Amino acid sequence: MPGKLKVKIVAGRHLPVMDRASDLTDAFVEVKFGNTTFKTDVYLKSLNPQWNSEWFKFEVDDEDLQDEPLQITVLDHDTYSANDAIGKVYIDIDPLLYSEAATVISGWFPIYDTIHGIRGEINVVVKVDLFNDLNRFRQSSCGVKFFCTTSIPKCYRAVVIHGFVEELVVNEDPEYQWIDRIRTPRASNEARQRLISLMSGELQRKIGLKVLEMRGNAVVGYLQCFDLEGESGLVVRAIGTACTLDKLSSPAAFLPACNSPSKEMKESPLVHPPSHGCRSTHNSPIHTATGSRLTQNFSVSVPTLIYTGMGSGSAGKEGGPFKALLRQQTQAALEQREFPFLTLTAFPPGLLVHVGGVVSARSVKLLDRIHNPDEPETRDAWWAEIRQEIKSHAKALGCHAVVGYSESTSICEEVCILSASGTAAVLNPRFLQEGTVEGSLEQRIEENLPVGCGFCHIPYDELNMPFPAHLTYCYNCRKQKVPDVLFTTIDLPTDAVVVGKGCLIQARLCRLKKKAQAEANATAISNLLPFMEYEVHTQLMNKLKLKGMNALFGLRIQITVGENMLMGLASATGVYLAALPTPGGIQIAGKTPNDGSYEQHISHMQKRINDTIAKNKELYEINPPEVSEEIIGSPIPEPRQRSRLLRSQSESSDEVTELDLSHGKKDAFVLEIDDTDAMEDVHSLLTDVPPPSGFYSCNTEIMPGINNWTSEIQMFTSVRVVRLSSLNLTNQALNKNFNGLCENLLKSLYFKLRSMTPCCLCHVNFTVSLPEDELIQVTVTAVAITFDKNQALQTTKAHAEKTLQRASTDNDELLQFPLELCSDSLPAPAFPATKEHLESASSNSGTPAAQRATSVDYSSFADRCSSWIELIKLKAQTIRRGSIKTTVTVEKASPMGDGNFRNRSAPPCASSTVGVVKMTPLSFIPGAKITKYLGIINMFFIRETTSLREEGGVSGFLHAFIAEVFAMVRAHVAALGGNAVVSYIMKQCVFMENPSKNQAQCLINVSGDAVVFVRESDLEAMSTQQSAVNCQTSCPGEVTT
Amino acid sequence: MTSELDIFVGNTTLIDEDVYRLWLDGYSVNDAVALRVRSGILEQTGATAGVLQSDTMDHYRTFHMLERLLHAPPKLLHQLIFQIPPSRQALLIERYYTFDEAFVREVLGKKLSKGTKKDLDDISAKTGITLKSCRRQFDNFKRVFKVVEEMRGSLVDNIQQHFLLSDRLARDYAAIVFFANNRFETGKKKLQYLSFGDFAFCAELMIQNWTLGAVDSQMDDMDVDLDKEFLQDLKELKVLVADKDLLDLHKSLVCAALRGKLGVFSEMETNFKNLSRGLVNVAAKLTHNKDVRDLFVDLVEKFVEPCRSDHWTLNDVRLFLNQYSASVHSLDGFRHQTLWDRYMGTLRGCLLRLYHD
Repeated sequence: MPGKLKVKIVAGRHLPVMDRASDLTDAFVEVKFGNTTFKTDVYLKSLNPQWNSEWFKFEVDDEDLQDEPLQITVLDHDTYSANDAIGKVYIDIDPLLYSEAATVISGWFPIYDTIHGIRGEINVVVKVDLFNDLNRFRQSSCGVKFFCTTSIPKCYRAVVIHGFVEELVVNEDPEYQWIDRIRTPRASNEARQRLISLMSGELQRKIGLKVLEMRGNAVVGYLQCFDLEGESGLVVRAIGTACTLDKLSSPAAFLPACNSPSKEMKESPLVHPPSHGCRSTHNSPIHTATGSRLTQNFSVSVPTLIYTGMGSGSAGKEGGPFKALLRQQTQAALEQREFPFLTLTAFPPGLLVHVGGVVSARSVKLLDRIHNPDEPETRDAWWAEIRQEIKSHAKALGCHAVVGYSESTSICEEVCILSASGTAAVLNPRFLQEGTVEGSLEQRIEENLPVGCGFCHIPYDELNMPFPAHLTYCYNCRKQKVPDVLFTTIDLPTDAVVVGKGCLIQARLCRLKKKAQAEANATAISNLLPFMEYEVHTQLMNKLKLKGMNALFGLRIQITVGENMLMGLASATGVYLAALPTPGGIQIAGKTPNDGSYEQHISHMQKRINDTIAKNKELYEINPPEVSEEIIGSPIPEPRQRSRLLRSQSESSDEVTELDLSHGKKDAFVLEIDDTDAMEDVHSLLTDVPPPSGFYSCNTEIMPGINNWTSEIQMFTSVRVVRLSSLNLTNQALNKNFNGLCENLLKSLYFKLRSMTPCCLCHVNFTVSLPEDELIQVTVTAVAITFDKNQALQTTKAHAEKTLQRASTDNDELLQFPLELCSDSLPAPAFPATKEHLESASSNSGTPAAQRATSVDYSSFADRCSSWIELIKLKAQTIRRGSIKTTVTVEKASPMGDGNFRNRSAPPCASSTVGVVKMTPLSFIPGAKITKYLGIINMFFIRETTSLREEGGVSGFLHAFIAEVFAMVRAHVAALGGNAVVSYIMKQCVFMENPSKNQAQCLINVSGDAVVFVRESDLEAMSTQQSAVNCQTSCPGEVTT
Repeated sequence: MTSELDIFVGNTTLIDEDVYRLWLDGYSVNDAVALRVRSGILEQTGATAGVLQSDTMDHYRTFHMLERLLHAPPKLLHQLIFQIPPSRQALLIERYYTFDEAFVREVLGKKLSKGTKKDLDDISAKTGITLKSCRRQFDNFKRVFKVVEEMRGSLVDNIQQHFLLSDRLARDYAAIVFFANNRFETGKKKLQYLSFGDFAFCAELMIQNWTLGAVDSQMDDMDVDLDKEFLQDLKELKVLVADKDLLDLHKSLVCAALRGKLGVFSEMETNFKNLSRGLVNVAAKLTHNKDVRDLFVDLVEKFVEPCRSDHWTLNDVRLFLNQYSASVHSLDGFRHQTLWDRYMGTLRGCLLRLYHD
């Protein structure tokens, strides 16, 4: 009995009228956990009841604590008939189970009913007393922290990154049980909500156990998904990265957090892996009911990137032996693990050494009933297969690890496409093993790898390349080889040297498919997949070149299956990496060169393309420093030099070799216009309109080239469903429609957010689903962040300096510190905090300022100089000291910060009691510092209506529902004592309608990390005070030295 | 390709002030889109008509959802569904309760009943305000009326507390409630020259001095109903015109004081008795509900119009009314000085406000 759960029901407000006669309600509350239920008294005739109940105590196993949600039901008492339910609140008590997170859940929760939506609020207080359990064979994993954030959370340090954890549980879907025919929709929805809540609790507990087994204490990049397989059941699966995290004792209070999301920089230069090239396989063994394999099983390697370009050279000289050593170590560290995958997309400095490229695998499966929920072997086997595939792709790229790894499914009737993708990478083993001696190896890494381009260097053997690629010497360090284009699923490394700004690049594709049943259907899909994949990549590549950029980050390709079509949507953030060569242009070739007017047309088209490239370069400020040699020259190669890409219908690795790779120094991408299809393709390339001025967009955490965020943020979700006219659907028409849909959606977003400009849409996340024949649903979640145009700090130099400075401020080893500071803080103290310190340091140097002034007065010029240096040293030390001490203060002060926040949010207008809760899909909040993680938010809601018209039709229904979901997330965060959700994601939004019956149903699943943040301005105020105190005690000593 | 569903939901609810105004003004989505197009927004932003349509729909839907909360503004502050910064909440409420001058003049003093609601079509046609907007404004009046009608305490404070309106707007609503409750006639042709502001000014004076609240701050309905006892007592003033000696004395006192100071002295002298009779008779008749309703008609007929036809200036009126009220204190035979002051103090203020073209 290792836990006691205590619940108190305080009051309700804004309850609905349940008794028409009196226009009032006689409300009472049932509190249920596991199989135990308590009830409050009935509070007669009030819409704002004050129950003020006693503490209801549940004595439970910690296993149950993890699995079960606390269920609170508000009812209307009725003497003569059955009590009517008003609504429910489910509270996940997991955040109370580990010590550093929340200690109490207390606040107003919306009372939710699956038919009526939110109906008033209830004030609840929940506490947990945990007893230590010494049983080693326990089934619970209390204490393991979960984070949705896909980087090391801000106030932690990664001691060891253990690696991949996954788990999956299955059950029957209550919606499809026989009993569903006789129970009410409400009962069925509630059964489903409860089941999923239970399953995710169980899943989390099981993953926690695995983490404990690995001797970790946290899961980072936790991603949990539901597969609604219909008749065949309900699968809840999760992946994550097990880590051992250390709470940072000094959360570097003075860091301006606004600039980059991962600011726990070490002194070592960031080594980031670039990836380039993509490999993917299709693997479509179709399973029959028994799980035995049937029909085809093929694997195609799709060469998605085509390169032409420079001749070969030899691999980096110094790098060679060292690389091998490194590889050995990494290998040793990783190979004990079944799957060397990390779900992280941003990394502690030094972890990522090289990036190989995107690896992905898909598999088409036929679903069948899950016979034994306790042994979900089939599903496990499916995923294991795919992961194996991914692992072997990574190997082929000379990498031992996969980072930015994610998995997804698309289900239509009984066919399911499983997808996995990630970025093959070489990692530094020092984070991956416990107790690795940090010795010379580390030193060498730091020496050998230049800042900002190391990750771009190829990890694979040049003579044995996994796919045709064009290698050049790195444009940054000139020592190692880099590919000409790089695709990755991770975020842009913070130290990467970038030219200009980035932009969102999307490839969109539809393919019609015949309606078919079961195996025939699966076969048809399998056959289509490689073409889809190929074309998506071609489109991405074209668009990238059209933008004049050479790398993609955050690449996410989603393939969705519907009854009669397949859709592919790839989103990524394009960027110009300074280390990579300038991309070539796009060359158009016609097939009938004799026809004069046709030629003219072609050349006209060519001109438009060239103009677009030029315009884009200007728009995104891409003016790379001119490099000597062959790089200069028109981006369009001489026609004769161009290489031809055959747009043949069957790709295989063989064909790739047909490409003429030996030719020319320039690479050019050739589009051959041999039919109307191709024409359409070219046209569609040119129809993408750039965002209006003042707007930028990306799908990564940070926008390359913008780093001066201001604090205004607006997270939003937008959903569109369009009906295609069913007549004469062709692939072209479909593509055009789909393209238009996405473009219009983006335009709408820009229009709606126009008051925020200049701003950037970050983490733009598109999801496509095909709920029915001829219906396409696109869901977008993103955050708009304002930035300051005037202070744009774009030069990489400033960036590097900042990195240095930040590193030094942050750091515990301050070796080169005074020197660096000399170099950059004299002219302009970049950070107010630093300045404050300088001032406080000087004004508090034991003696009054006057005395110091005199000392400057009588000294000679040289003296003055040296005293400046003294001063700077002093400042440096103060900063260090300050930061360490403030850490403590911040810790202590955070409740105060809370208080401040609440005060501030209780605003002028009368007596608003609702505190502001920010939501963002990013892992950070601009202009603020996250001081505490309160636990994971993972919520699942169902909403159904039988009066669709009365609720404003489908739009009214869904609009209200999404607003309600946001409200419930905010309420839970506020009750945990938090003021923001970071890494927020809407993982599922399944919408079904039946207008003829006036009905609709929607399922939404969201997750994120509840946090407490403190505005930097407040933090500064706090720390200045604090440091003043510090200085008074400590500075005199410093001055004398 | 048709759009079945198209929504945008922000964590902070987006409020577009221009669209809000169009919505309040009762325009349909299509009309609103057309108006926005005409405002040149497409050129400014480079958006398409489709984008504008979708944006307008979104905002309309949001407003529609917010409307329920706006009916009880404190709910808007405490609800959790829409995260709206306080300044925006205040703006939403204030604009929602703001009414059109043209509309309020049509409804002021009428019973806020279903019958009046039926006439809204005519009002809409007459004023050019959309029927939808008329309904909103009418329902606002009625809602505020219902809530504060039977409350104790200051009318303005009650309105402010329950509807979170600005001071200015709360005062206006107090006037509307007061007029609706006492059913003052404001629609007659001869009253057309008066603005809502004129009536609101009078209402405030009357609430301050003539209601129950003026004597006792702990009564129900204290600011809404006129003090019946006071109205009864007003009959006593009749002596001022009924008693010929008193009337002559009053006249001579006023004339003596104003001689040489008034541009229209001779007209005043000639008309004194008529004017005085008019003012005192208005007071004496206030015991009947019917006459209470006609208060403003009477004031205009008996005082404003005669003076205006003799071309009194506003200053003449002021000097006269001051002297007229003050001289009564010197009438030895008259015992109702306090009553006179309570009556005349308010009336003087009202008359001065009502006296314009």
